[in-house]
Amino acid sequence: MPVTKDEVYKKVQTALVDALGVDDEEVTPQATMVGDLGAESIDFLDIVFKLEKAFGIEIPRKELSPEDILTNASYVQDGKVTAAGIAELKKRMPFVDFTKFEANPQVREFSNLLTVGDLCRYVEGKIGAA
Amino acid sequence: MRWFWIDRFTEFVRGKRAVALKALTLSEEQFDSYTPGFPVMSSSLMIEGMAQTAGLLVGEIEGFAQRVVLAKIGKALFHRPAMPGETLRYEATIADVKGDGALASVNAFIGEELVAEVDLMFAFLDERFPSGPLFEPVDFAAMLRSFHMYDVGVTADGQPLELPAFYADAEQAARAGYEAVGTPVRVG
Repeated sequence: MPVTKDEVYKKVQTALVDALGVDDEEVTPQATMVGDLGAESIDFLDIVFKLEKAFGIEIPRKELSPEDILTNASYVQDGKVTAAGIAELKKRMPFVDFTKFEANPQVREFSNLLTVGDLCRYVEGKIGAA
Repeated sequence: MRWFWIDRFTEFVRGKRAVALKALTLSEEQFDSYTPGFPVMSSSLMIEGMAQTAGLLVGEIEGFAQRVVLAKIGKALFHRPAMPGETLRYEATIADVKGDGALASVNAFIGEELVAEVDLMFAFLDERFPSGPLFEPVDFAAMLRSFHMYDVGVTADGQPLELPAFYADAEQAARAGYEAVGTPVRVG
């Protein structure tokens, strides 16, 4: 039986509560990982370990951390991600809503883009949640 | 003070499990200033010893080619203080290893009594950090031998571990240097 979206959300929430030391109620679909939940770069490795275990999946580094795009001179100009770069990001991370980022595509703003909801959609895509 | 918080390995199975001993003596400096008058081993230094046990277990998987650093402590439970005159036994088990890092659990015992439990996450330093080894190769090799890693260590199928060539070469070069001035040094 396929895992439901609600089950995905519960497991993601548990992983984030464990990894970040936040309360259940702080983990909302709209909460940003860095800005709202205080995730630091090293926490993402911890979160990946926890999600892989919780869902029995493998999470390649590039799928959640597109550093190769954000440091590629053909996709970044004057500290901003170009239209081509945003297209690459969208291709790599179809689970992320880029609307806000497109309005101000500063590379430094990217780290605060990912939300809990994005993470859930990523996992749902991996396991084919119903 | 040398930053060795284990004394020796008594078991070491590549990629799986390591057991290290840490004997506590009142002559160690940390007892002077940590809870003066009531000498107990600091829990943070126990974590350091547990991280050294598990971190070397993680690093050995790829012949210490990865630069392994303790990144997070997921859980740390301390059930009772460890005192001078006692010997801590750290039993480390690897839970998971990825390209970016590893997870390990370590239990600390005194005799058969469980005195502490930690879950540790290690990260492998990548190209964002300055290149080069974290330790002088010859010093690192000497440390591993001091810990008896190559006396007790075995691969997953029971074959003896060997010091990786990079470190063995550094050791050999250092020995050649010492021999040139006529001072024999036992390194192996």
